[in-house]
Amino acid sequence: MTSYAKDTGSEFPSVSSYRDLKVQESPGYWAMVRKRILRDPVTLISAAILLVIILSAILAPVLAPYDPYVGNIMTRMKPVGFEGHLLGTDETGRDMLSRLLFGGRLSLIAGVVPVSIALLIGGSLGITAGFFGGLVNTVIMRVTDVFYAFPSILLAIAICGMLGTGLFNTLLSLTLVFIPPIVRISESVTTQVRNLDFVEAARASGAGSFALMRYQVLPNVLAPILVYTTSLVSLSIILAAGLSFLGLGVSAPAAEWGLMLNSLRQMIYIDPVLAALPGVLIFATSMCFNLISDGLRSAMDVRLKV
Amino acid sequence: MIGQVPTTGADRMQRILADARDRGGPGQPMLILKDIKRHFPIRKGVMNRTVGHVQAVDGVSLTVMKGEILGVVGESGCGKSTLSRLMMRLVEPDTGEMIFDGDLVDDKVGLTTRRLRRQMQMVFQDSFSSLNPRMPIEETIAFAPMMNGSSRSDAIAAARALLDQVGLSAAMFARRYPHELSGGQRQRVNIARALAVNPRVVILDEAVSALDKSVEAQVLQLLIRLQEEMDLTYVFVSHDLNVVRYISDRIAVMYLGRIVETGSVDEIWDNPRHPYTQALLASIPSLDPDRRTMAAPIYGDPPNPINPPSGCRFRTRCPFAETCCEMHDPAAVTLPGSSAHAVSCHMENEASGHSRVGTNARIAEVTQ
Repeated sequence: MTSYAKDTGSEFPSVSSYRDLKVQESPGYWAMVRKRILRDPVTLISAAILLVIILSAILAPVLAPYDPYVGNIMTRMKPVGFEGHLLGTDETGRDMLSRLLFGGRLSLIAGVVPVSIALLIGGSLGITAGFFGGLVNTVIMRVTDVFYAFPSILLAIAICGMLGTGLFNTLLSLTLVFIPPIVRISESVTTQVRNLDFVEAARASGAGSFALMRYQVLPNVLAPILVYTTSLVSLSIILAAGLSFLGLGVSAPAAEWGLMLNSLRQMIYIDPVLAALPGVLIFATSMCFNLISDGLRSAMDVRLKV
Repeated sequence: MIGQVPTTGADRMQRILADARDRGGPGQPMLILKDIKRHFPIRKGVMNRTVGHVQAVDGVSLTVMKGEILGVVGESGCGKSTLSRLMMRLVEPDTGEMIFDGDLVDDKVGLTTRRLRRQMQMVFQDSFSSLNPRMPIEETIAFAPMMNGSSRSDAIAAARALLDQVGLSAAMFARRYPHELSGGQRQRVNIARALAVNPRVVILDEAVSALDKSVEAQVLQLLIRLQEEMDLTYVFVSHDLNVVRYISDRIAVMYLGRIVETGSVDEIWDNPRHPYTQALLASIPSLDPDRRTMAAPIYGDPPNPINPPSGCRFRTRCPFAETCCEMHDPAAVTLPGSSAHAVSCHMENEASGHSRVGTNARIAEVTQ
């Protein structure tokens, strides 16, 4: 049998002397994610473009040269670059630049708000279902499955058609559409995490279910849920634009990209560039969100295994 | 060699009994398990019909004395880990009772699980998955005290002190994340985490099995030192007989969900009575080239715990198996002359009708 050298161990200072101990900091997970994002040009460029779009939407009242709702019948359907109207005018003579700036507000709200609310509700439901398992899981997940019976765009149309038009109803229907997929993603990542030993060890320390979810589970499931949610923002912008396009979202004369695309549709043979402008912005914004989501996915996929 | 193992000396016992949490006094064992059973149902199909049970732990009775190190050995899959989880109440037993220092562990009438866990903690085998990858290690260690009402600053200061005690410099390591540590360092963190609530009993579930030999030796030394300094009681679960012999005062041998033999280290080593214990001891590779083990003492895998053999569970692999082994479950028999050495084998029980009763049969005679 092997003989092992004795671990001597020396006298240790008292606990109170550790209160002001200077400790070496270590870069945490989020610091590493930040470092990786800063090295990813595609994500940085998308973020920069998105920042410009968001800022111009916020600053629309300052930036817009004209009132977006007042047109001049004498100068309608002017092309891009027309004197006094940088991006031309629409079918009732309203300034396109001003309308696009103001339209960004509604489109961004329609992209971010439903997804954020759905993240809160769906994330909590999914983590709860995954953490407790059993009957709780069955109830939450089977109810979620019911929503999966409809394609998301049809569901949004159905809810919107039922509730009527308007911004609030658009946001509400989109929120309802996005809850089920977020519940599913959160449930599946939570189920993987909750069986790991560290959750069991924390349970053995006497922590309650809420503390376990908050401190042990949540930090470990946040990254994949966030990545997925970011990719939903672009979908939400497109769905909101689609609802407006179909006449189910916000209604005229509000400036909203999808609605503008719809009303300029008839003018596509007169001035295709003008008609395409709102579509270009919808495309650019949702593309930026998608690329950022991709960048986050690769940056957060730090394999911490040794 | 065995002399190195710390034994519960008189002054040490005095200190253990002086602990304000001691309730049972000197005669009361720290932990008593009485006929603990846990069968995991196997469910199949859409209706979740139960088609069978894995008899992970099937009637284990065990006593852990105050201040001792009890080693639990057995093959993979014999229920060792389930047994440790049962002791921590991470898994609820189907039947049987557990008595902690004289108090029945029961959420309704006795010691609650929550209070039990302040006095008993566990170190898991997998050092990586048992640490939260998103938490600096000092916060992992401070988590339990904070959950039990310590303030954050107190808990963090205590966690840093513990880090130094387990041999990791707090100034250097406190804010590190698990992936920045080696296996041995992580297991030291796990030990510190278990000690953070100042427990009286620590269950070490294969705590050193995943470490390489030199690190294993360091961690074992650390465990022995901490046990002496903090007057702890250990339940040391392992499949490594050398390690168990090195650290334990007493050994319990487990086979397929049951304890087959218990006794002091010396008795088990010098006079193993159960054929399974003999086979286990014979399977330790010898370092002497002239005494190489040429034939495996037992063959095959343990039987399926879903459908274990009738009677004695070892009979399918035992060279001495007879009809009585098939018919009856052997009861634990305490050997005459030693109060602590108990064996569950028909060959030790005169009433069993086994032809080799009292012949002191050795498995080595049959296999070589």
